[in-house]
Amino acid sequence: MTQGFRIENGGLIDRNKKLSFKFNGKKYFGYEGDTLASALLANGVHLVGRSFKYHRPRGFFGAGVDEPYAVVQLYRNGETEPNIKATEQELFEGLEAKSVNCWPSVNFDIGAINNFLKIFLPAGFYYKTFMWPKSFWYRIYEPFIRKAAGLGVASIDHDKERYEHKYEYCDLLIAGSGPSGLAGAYAAAKNGAKVILAEDKPRFGGSLLTSDVNIGNQSGKDWAEGMITELKAMPNVVVKNRSQIFGYYDHNMLVMSEKVSDHLPKTKKYHPNKRLWYIRAKEVLISSGSIERPIVFGNNDTPGVMLSSAAKEYLKVYGVLVGRKPLVFTNNDSGYETAIEFKKHGVDPIILDTRKNPKSEIIDEAKNLGIHIKNSYVVAAAQGYKKVKSADIASISDDKKQLGKIENIQCDCICVSGFWTPTIHLASQSGNKTKFKEEIDAFVPGTSKQNETSLGAANGIFSLEETLKTSFKAGGELSKKITENENNVAIPNVVEKKSSQHDKFWCVPLPKGKNYKRFLDFQNDVAVSDIEIALREGYRSIEHVKRYTTLGMATDQGKTSNLNGLQLVSEIENKVVPAVGHTTFRPPYTPISIGAIVGREVGKHTKPTRKSPIHTWHEKNNAVFVDAGVWLRPRYYKRGNENLFEASKREAKNVRTNVGVCDVTTLGKIDVKGPDAAEFLNRVYTNAWLKLPVGKARYGVMLREDGIVMDDGTTTRISENHYHMTTTTAQAANVLSHLEYYLQLVWPELNVNVVSTTEQWAGAAIAGPKSRDLLQKLFPNSDVSNEGLPFMGYTEADLFGVKARIFRISFSGELAYEVNVVSDYGNFMWEKIIEIGEEFKIQPYGTEALSTLRIEMGHVAGSELDGRTIPYDTALEGLVSKKKDFIGKRSLQKSAFTAEDRQRIVGVVPIDKKTSIPEGSHLVKDAKAPLPNPKLGHISASCWSVEYDNPFSLAILKNGKNMIGEKLFAMSPLKNKIIPVEIVSSHYVDPKGERVRS
Amino acid sequence: MLYINCPHCGMRSQNEFSYGGDASVKRPSLNKEVSDQEWDNFVYNRKSLRGKHLELWQHISGCRQWIKVERDTSTHEIFRTFKADEEVAK
Ligand SMILES: [Zn+2]
Repeated sequence: MTQGFRIENGGLIDRNKKLSFKFNGKKYFGYEGDTLASALLANGVHLVGRSFKYHRPRGFFGAGVDEPYAVVQLYRNGETEPNIKATEQELFEGLEAKSVNCWPSVNFDIGAINNFLKIFLPAGFYYKTFMWPKSFWYRIYEPFIRKAAGLGVASIDHDKERYEHKYEYCDLLIAGSGPSGLAGAYAAAKNGAKVILAEDKPRFGGSLLTSDVNIGNQSGKDWAEGMITELKAMPNVVVKNRSQIFGYYDHNMLVMSEKVSDHLPKTKKYHPNKRLWYIRAKEVLISSGSIERPIVFGNNDTPGVMLSSAAKEYLKVYGVLVGRKPLVFTNNDSGYETAIEFKKHGVDPIILDTRKNPKSEIIDEAKNLGIHIKNSYVVAAAQGYKKVKSADIASISDDKKQLGKIENIQCDCICVSGFWTPTIHLASQSGNKTKFKEEIDAFVPGTSKQNETSLGAANGIFSLEETLKTSFKAGGELSKKITENENNVAIPNVVEKKSSQHDKFWCVPLPKGKNYKRFLDFQNDVAVSDIEIALREGYRSIEHVKRYTTLGMATDQGKTSNLNGLQLVSEIENKVVPAVGHTTFRPPYTPISIGAIVGREVGKHTKPTRKSPIHTWHEKNNAVFVDAGVWLRPRYYKRGNENLFEASKREAKNVRTNVGVCDVTTLGKIDVKGPDAAEFLNRVYTNAWLKLPVGKARYGVMLREDGIVMDDGTTTRISENHYHMTTTTAQAANVLSHLEYYLQLVWPELNVNVVSTTEQWAGAAIAGPKSRDLLQKLFPNSDVSNEGLPFMGYTEADLFGVKARIFRISFSGELAYEVNVVSDYGNFMWEKIIEIGEEFKIQPYGTEALSTLRIEMGHVAGSELDGRTIPYDTALEGLVSKKKDFIGKRSLQKSAFTAEDRQRIVGVVPIDKKTSIPEGSHLVKDAKAPLPNPKLGHISASCWSVEYDNPFSLAILKNGKNMIGEKLFAMSPLKNKIIPVEIVSSHYVDPKGERVRS
Repeated sequence: MLYINCPHCGMRSQNEFSYGGDASVKRPSLNKEVSDQEWDNFVYNRKSLRGKHLELWQHISGCRQWIKVERDTSTHEIFRTFKADEEVAK
């Protein structure tokens, strides 16, 4: 297939590099430097999709980020991405794309029937049509909408691409490399400021790439090239193309998405697909330019109708003619530039200018070239279905209300220019309250809120000379404030033929007796008639009109539709545009890949994984791991074909009969040091701490100020002013912050320091009746007898040359010890314990066995200390001092906390002694009571008691104190179980706690 | 993302900090009789101001110090920051 619409020479593409690509299965050719859009247009392809609501044929409307139509499904290197703008996607060898929103194909689309059933989908159709009857929703409406509407399809496969995040700081960040951005960046860079210049397109220069101007006696394009070359060579300047600044956030932080690899067939090794930059800038220059506005007329969505600036860009940048019989419809000088460009390439355009008698240098040039110009003329309607074939044109009265006689003229494209809309999105996002500028019929930035300055077209300045002057000045002055350098830059002379005079005209009246659809929002199919309906139905606020009609709510966010919509509302309502107000701009400016936002935080990288120093040993010994917060802990050690239940039962049983060892490195550890440490602990914990002797441990409970238990653990007095605190694995970080809060803010007079030592110590819990025998062999030179190291005792000892700490504490309820060594020796300690423990039949045990052991002992853990329980609820009231004050004590006096029937921990056993009770089950009196069945309590933890060989659970039960012996039902609707149960004491095994003291 | 001037470390991004609520709340002294109302005011009742607000932040991924930040809750503007023990003049 030849590229029939490619001109012989010219453009900025590389004609030596021919690329093949596929669109809707058909093979075409383009050149390096093309976009998918320009390559398709070069091949004469104008039909690329179907519209969202009416499924009308869609072509290309723009040439960049403002494109409302040409959204495709892209296939690259085995991956697919939806909703890619063909006008932004650079061509690469082997690119494949498909139309979206068409079924079964772009040429024959069943949804287009909506076009002929217009009554079916007027404004508010979502709210009205699909409301009744309710039963139709799931069966008929939703499947219909899903099939007929929707844009592209997201891949359900894991994204194999890599995305990076980067933090950057600079003096000046410049958004856009057009004339204003280049001037601002250059002046700032010359003053020695650290500058980042970002351009969303692959080529730098913005409007200078296509406009017919001279700067400093060279073409605008050459001047831009020279500036970029110079900027790139400066060490204080970072210049980035393919980089879209899409969000302006608090405190001058902007976020930029850099497309590193999208223009390549495949991402290079070690390169990310995209890089997201978080940039904190001292000053921001917004040089984002402007977007051409369409003029609204009948069937203005027909493929072949496009912005005049886009037609010019396709010609000047890509060497592509968007038509051979162009009609240029304009209300300002911009259309003339496009027409002249056509004429230069041997194509005869016709210009329809709404203005009666405009004058400027460029108009004279067009006349001299012999271009046919019709003044006070408009396009009333485009004709043709899948492509423009002709146009109905007419003269228009001076008051712009009356059309003359309709004439039909042949054309194959209509290039529209309704003047320019400043791109104020970033300024608006920064909090700048924008204002309406009458002369240009558009909003411009108002007073700066953050350190942002809008330049050039983005600030509503359309004269190049003025733009350069003000931008050099802004860049110079802002950088001077920061660097205190001043290197004045000479402002080059400028030749521009265009004037910025335009006609205040944006919508062509309907010819008599015609009912053409005149579209405002091309992607969401919002027509003039829809806005009229919304206003007729009483919607007044522009925010409501927007939502009711969906104007500006498509993926292009109304870049070409918002202002015309406002004009229409203001006209019907007889208000001025500023009184109507515009909807708020929010980031992102343009759709950003979810992958770029997520960055590297995918899968296991969402949070760092913490592993104990003994992890490798666990792995080698068939541990099955479980996530405990960010830690990985062995859940059980699999032997042969054992399952979780069998293995954990074996491990727990072995602790009760012989000895087991459990890796407890993950427990939070905090060093508490200082002369006031005892007093501090006394205030933090509910029990008394002032008299704990050196070499002794104590179990403590700490509350929040609202009386709820925050955490529990043992704390040991290592020396006079040094305590070693342990916390639960989950609460370690919170407890440290909590302690710091009180030390720094509430009781700064206490001379105490706290620091986390969790990572400094590796810990092994050795538990079981044979643990002392094992300990004696591990520490032959230490006295670990019941007298030498009694329950809650502490000693330091030598473990084959390694200094160890031994705590006689127990979570399993058995005679037990916890040995700590510095982390580097953790594995050494563990292997010694296993090696020497062999003769005592030692087995390692995981968290599942650990749970079993603590549950049947009635020891509470996170499932009971769940942020809703006070000490009484978990049978810890014995640890609550009546004498001293402590954090949260006053809250315990609340009537709800002292109620006679207050909830309390109990044990639960199924009557059949066989059926395990699912955790989370509700306890109810009557299993057959009507729903909602009054809940008396819930099962907090369940295990298989190895002591009694039957299921056992803990529960938090209302009036638990008086419920022992009661028969209730445990109901789990999730597991569809109703289990008759008996309430027993929570201390199911060894209720007197004799074993730990033995 | 806010940019907070830690009085100990300098300008740092918000993701290094954690929020700690109203800094004007004073904990009643220990061992002092406190009425229900007074205690509830300390534990629960907060003004949820729109406008200038003195609040606590902890520089959790930095110096771990609790600091006071004077911030406008509707505009996010930060006026001043203080060390934990600095008196804040109105
Ligand atoms: Zn700090």
